[in-house]
Amino acid sequence: MLLAVASVIVMAACGGSGSGGGGGSMSTITSVAVTCSPSTIQYGQTSQCSATVMGTGSFSSTVTWTASAGSISASGLFTAPSGGNVSLLVIVTATSTQDTTKSGMANITVNPVQQANNVVPVVVDLGPDPQNAPTVDTPYVTITICVPGTNTCQTIDHVEVDTGSPGLRIVSSVLTIPLPKQNNLDECLVFLDGYVWGPVATADITVAGEKASSVPVQIMIPSTGSPPVPSSCSSQSMGPNGNEGGSVDTFGANALIGVGLFQQDCPACTTSPPPDAYYDCSGSSCNPTTVSLAQQVTNPVSLFAADNNGVLIQLPAVPDGGSATVNGSLIFGIGTQSNNALGSAMVYPTDNVGNFTTTFNGTSYPASFIDSGSNGLFFLDSKTTGIPACAKPVNTWYCPSTSPDNLTAVNQGSNGQSGPPTNFSIEDASNLLNTNNSAFSTLGGPNPGSFDWGLSFFFGKSVFTAIENKSTPGGAGPYWAY
Amino acid sequence: MSRNKPSKIEFITRIVVAQFSNAGRADSMNIFKFGGIYSKRASRHLLSSLLLILPLPAMAALGDNAASVLADQARMKGTLRSVDAHTYVMHEITAPTGAVVREYVSPAGAVFGVAWDGPFPPNLQQLLGPYYQQAQQAQQAAASAQQQRGRRAPVVIETPGLVMYQTGHVRSFHGQAYIPQLVPQGVQASEIH
Repeated sequence: MLLAVASVIVMAACGGSGSGGGGGSMSTITSVAVTCSPSTIQYGQTSQCSATVMGTGSFSSTVTWTASAGSISASGLFTAPSGGNVSLLVIVTATSTQDTTKSGMANITVNPVQQANNVVPVVVDLGPDPQNAPTVDTPYVTITICVPGTNTCQTIDHVEVDTGSPGLRIVSSVLTIPLPKQNNLDECLVFLDGYVWGPVATADITVAGEKASSVPVQIMIPSTGSPPVPSSCSSQSMGPNGNEGGSVDTFGANALIGVGLFQQDCPACTTSPPPDAYYDCSGSSCNPTTVSLAQQVTNPVSLFAADNNGVLIQLPAVPDGGSATVNGSLIFGIGTQSNNALGSAMVYPTDNVGNFTTTFNGTSYPASFIDSGSNGLFFLDSKTTGIPACAKPVNTWYCPSTSPDNLTAVNQGSNGQSGPPTNFSIEDASNLLNTNNSAFSTLGGPNPGSFDWGLSFFFGKSVFTAIENKSTPGGAGPYWAY
Repeated sequence: MSRNKPSKIEFITRIVVAQFSNAGRADSMNIFKFGGIYSKRASRHLLSSLLLILPLPAMAALGDNAASVLADQARMKGTLRSVDAHTYVMHEITAPTGAVVREYVSPAGAVFGVAWDGPFPPNLQQLLGPYYQQAQQAQQAAASAQQQRGRRAPVVIETPGLVMYQTGHVRSFHGQAYIPQLVPQGVQASEIH
């Protein structure tokens, strides 16, 4: 409780007394009225209150301020409690010091802080070019990028969500704003089935209500672009034809946002000799160079002001035979808001390169992983699983003779703890891929020696991906939880 | 994944053991083990004595001869460890980056299989040699056949003359390739890993 001289407005003095001063014993208080502005605020915010004391004679306008929650200063400045997640009705009272039986009240509504919106809708559809290059089992979001520190911005749709890599990479032909490039630094990044090549630039990235500023990103250029692809880059994959970032159709997306287990893609690039990953292209040719972690293409989630310890992907279940489109959510943060709590999800820590162990039919496969950027369930081979491959030209998919073929496997974190069995089904891919559906929970193919739990795994689940070295209620990343 | 680089003293010890093993126990599982950076000449000598004298080609590759292993070791600036599995010899090269390449040499002296493991894929053009083009064509054919529904997934190439797989993700890649016709009798393809 604070006692003070209020910043009152003395509105009126009743009766015939015209005298303004003295005669305290002759004066009376008739009422106290209180107003607060604004009357609706959020936790942690302030509202200025004032009292109007009315009386007769030369009454005192001094009041005592009290509030049912939060605090109020001598001058009537109310400060709401610092945090809370329910709306609160606070009663502010001003009591006359001359006559404590006279007081006035006002209500202030305190609402939960308008949290940064941490949810961006995910759509699984046929991709950015459904006519010429329809995709399958690929999750997309829409993001906004800006030239750092400016309002020169561009909104990009069909940005693939990849939990298997870190960082934003944009197909160069999509880009319409002049992102500043990082002094002749180019990157070669190898994905499973191809590579991407192009300069490192910086961008402000906004997704939902989250923002990361001056993030190193990659602009992916075609093999005909400049600087040309070094042979030491293309040779890590299937040559010039392996350059999948050269166009929207070959990439199957306008851009890719890597929200995986790691903050950067090349810890080995910080020391000499550098691997064939980042290149200094300032001379007549491009040569591998060392790059600090801060300069590397970076998982933008790790740079958000809040909700920066990982992501949650929620996708509804997809029936056998697939769905035309699926709508779900990419939610930033783990245990940072009411919508991203781990709940009953089991945590599966990964090893330091992002793998865990999957056991199938009694055999353990220790280099297994979860990856939203893989578009199916890829595991083992026909000989091990007994599931025949499809006939050419789709022989890199499974076509079980009994469809659906119901299977089970057990995942185990690097801490040795196994989860409950994961049940999954595989259907005849030649049938699935003949439909116009884009989302399949039963699409599978071979991956000798390990399990690659691609997007099919995510349907009907809440799958968390926790970033390395970031603390969460489930322990520090890297881990998966579902 | 990464292996400690043997010290010079350790290397000398290992060479002695290796020579002893080589002379006395041809079926030893671990014939020799040494630090390649310090011992190119010695390793060449050892390999030669083990696999008979072969010319050193400029570039090693799948389908090439055993001596090409040393060219790969030099190129990768790696350490070499060799294991005699009786039906073949496996030479494992570990690069300073932590990348590991294993080359499988038949009694006839041919590299019939290669496997890799590490934060990045190896230089496949060098490692697969003449078979690189074959792998390229196979993948291109698969891509154009499936253009209507692209596959973003591990590499699976199974042609009569070449089998190749690669899987993984950023920071962790592994794969293998072999020539079915060159795999010695009694050797399972799954041993190439």
